[in-house]
Amino acid sequence: MTEVGRPADMARTFAQKALASAGGEAAVAVGQIVDARPDIALSHDNTAPIAEIWRQFGQERVSIPERMAVTLDHAVPAPTIRHARNHAEVRAFVAEQGVGHFFEVGRGICHQVLSEEAVVLPGDLILGSDSHTPHFGWLGAFGAGVGRSEMAVIWATGELWLRVPESIQIRLEGKLGDWATTKDVALTLIGKLGAAGALYRSVEFDGPAITGLSLDSRAALVNMMAEMGAKNAYMPPDQAVFGYLAERLVARPGRRPGRGAGHGETAEEAAGRLGERALYPDPGATYAAKHVLDLSAVEPRVARPHQVDDTVGVGELESVRVDQAFIGTCTNGRLEDLGAVHRVMVGRRTAPGTRMVIVPSSSEVWSEALSRGWVADLAAAGAVFGTPGCGPCMGNHLGVLAPGEVCISSANRNFQGRMGDRGSEIYLASPAVVAASAVAGRIVHPREVMG
Amino acid sequence: MNGPVDVAQPFRGRVFRYGDHVNTDVIFPGRYTYTKSRPEEVAPHALEDLDPTFVERVRPGDVIVAGWNWGCGSSREQAAVCLRYAGVGAVVARSFGRIFYRNALNNGLLAIVCPEAVDTLEEGGEVEVDLEASAIRHGEAAFAFSPFSPAVRSMIAAGGLIEQTKRRLAAG
Repeated sequence: MTEVGRPADMARTFAQKALASAGGEAAVAVGQIVDARPDIALSHDNTAPIAEIWRQFGQERVSIPERMAVTLDHAVPAPTIRHARNHAEVRAFVAEQGVGHFFEVGRGICHQVLSEEAVVLPGDLILGSDSHTPHFGWLGAFGAGVGRSEMAVIWATGELWLRVPESIQIRLEGKLGDWATTKDVALTLIGKLGAAGALYRSVEFDGPAITGLSLDSRAALVNMMAEMGAKNAYMPPDQAVFGYLAERLVARPGRRPGRGAGHGETAEEAAGRLGERALYPDPGATYAAKHVLDLSAVEPRVARPHQVDDTVGVGELESVRVDQAFIGTCTNGRLEDLGAVHRVMVGRRTAPGTRMVIVPSSSEVWSEALSRGWVADLAAAGAVFGTPGCGPCMGNHLGVLAPGEVCISSANRNFQGRMGDRGSEIYLASPAVVAASAVAGRIVHPREVMG
Repeated sequence: MNGPVDVAQPFRGRVFRYGDHVNTDVIFPGRYTYTKSRPEEVAPHALEDLDPTFVERVRPGDVIVAGWNWGCGSSREQAAVCLRYAGVGAVVARSFGRIFYRNALNNGLLAIVCPEAVDTLEEGGEVEVDLEASAIRHGEAAFAFSPFSPAVRSMIAAGGLIEQTKRRLAAG
C-alpha cells in the first residue's frame, strides 16, 4: 500500500485502514458504515446458543467454516451437568460444520490461545462474541466484540456492518519503574478518562515506549481498553510481534491456507511477510483526542469496588482485608504475570485466612511455569491452581465469593456480584500487588512484603 | 412473565431510573450466561444484581432511564433479551456500551440516546415512546431523539436482526 503522493488531509487512522481493508474499500471516512468481512469469527462456550440462533436461518452449512475459531474456556472443565451439555453441543457443532480452529478444554482463554496459535495476524479484522476481543490490537489487528445474534449472522453471511469509529491517540513515553506494570498504566488511563472515556472509539497507542514493553505487557494494556468503552484498541506491531507470530506460523505449516506459513518457509521469511501486511496510522491522521502518558510517573494502582474507573494509588487505600487473591484472565494470566507473582511469593506464604487461586491463561503458560519450577514454589507458598481458562472471573466456578468476602484480582472487571454473591467485593490490581496482598492478608504495595 | 411489547407502535409505560455505568453483569449475572439463553429463562433474572425487585414491578411498555454508558462490560446478549422479555420497551440513556447498544436494537429493544429526557424524567413518571416520530412524551413535554436510520427501523419492524436475516437469506 503506497502512501506516496497522498494529500495530507487524506491521512488515515489505523481504524480507517483496517476497516477499509475488511470492507474491500480503497478508503473509508469516520462515521461511514462498512460491510466488513472478518478474517476470524471467534466464539467460545457461547457457541452452542449461537448455533441454535444460526439454525433458524435454515442453512445446512455455515458460510465461513475456515474463518471460525472456537475455544472452550469460560467454564472449564465443566462444573455442572448443564455446562457439560453445553460443551458437548459445542463439540458436536464444531465437528458437523468443520470449524477451522477449535481448542479444547484446558488449552486456555480464547484471546491468549488465538495469539499463541497465530490464528490472528497483523492487519486482520477479528470479530468475537466476547467483549475483550479488542485484545488482538496488541498484535496490530482490529478486534471488536459483537453479540450472539450478530455472530450467527456472520456465520451465515460472512459479514457484518460496522461504523468506522473516531480514534483517540495515546502516546506512551518514558520507562516503567520497578513494580509499575501496564496494568497500572491501564488503571491510570481508565481512572483519568473514565469507564466511558473511549466509548465507541478506536484507542491507538503510539510513542517510543512501546518497543520497550514486553509482549505480555502490551497485551495486558490493550486488553484493558475494553474497560474504557473502546470499540477496539491498537499498538503498532514491531519486529518483536512479527517474530513471535512467525515462529508459531512456521511451527504450524499450512494451517491457514493462503495466510499461514507455507511449507519450507523460514521464520525470517514469515516475519517479513507479516511486516508487509501490518497497518500503521498515517502521520497527520485526525484524532478525536490525543493524550500523552509518561510511564515513569505510573505507580501501582487499585480499582475499588464496583467500578473499574474508581482507582487509587495502592498506598492511598485504608487497610483492606483480603479473603481471596486471584491471578489469571485474558488481562493478567500470562507468563510474565506468573513471574511477577513468583518473585513476590517465593519463600513466603499466604496469610492465615487468605486463600490464593491462580489460573494460567493457557496451557503454554502453564507448561512453562511448571518447567521453570514456579508452580512448585507457588504451591509451597499456599497457592492453588485451576485449569487454564477464564477461571472465576465471571463467577462461574473455581473460586466464587461468599457474601461480604473481598477479593483482590488481576482480572479486568470489579462489577458488583461478578465473581459471586452481590454482597462480595472485588479490587483490581497488577499481579505483583495481588501476590503481595495474598502474603500480607490485606492490600499492600509489593515493597511492603519484599522489604 | 410479561413478554415483549411491540415497539414499532407508540407504547406507554412508567419510568424506572438508574445511574451511570450500569454494566451487563448486574443486568444479567455472569453466573447464568452459559446455562440460560432462551428469553423465558433469562427474563426472570433481569436486573437481578442491581434491583432485585425490578422483575416483580415491571409492566409491558415500561422504560428504563439511566445515565452514561448503560450496558458497559460483557457482550452477553441476554442483557438486552432479559429486559425485552421482562417487558421493557426502551432504555433511554446519555450513552450506551456499544455492544449492548447493538444487541438491544438487534432484539427490538429501543436504545435511545436522549440527555434531555434523562435530565427531566423521574422515577414512576408516565411516558409514551413513539419510534416513528422519534419522540418521548411526558405530560405536556416532548423530547426528540435522533431518528434511527431506515435500515435500523426496517430491522425493528421485521422483528429484529434474526428475522431480518432470515428474509434476506430467503430472498437470496
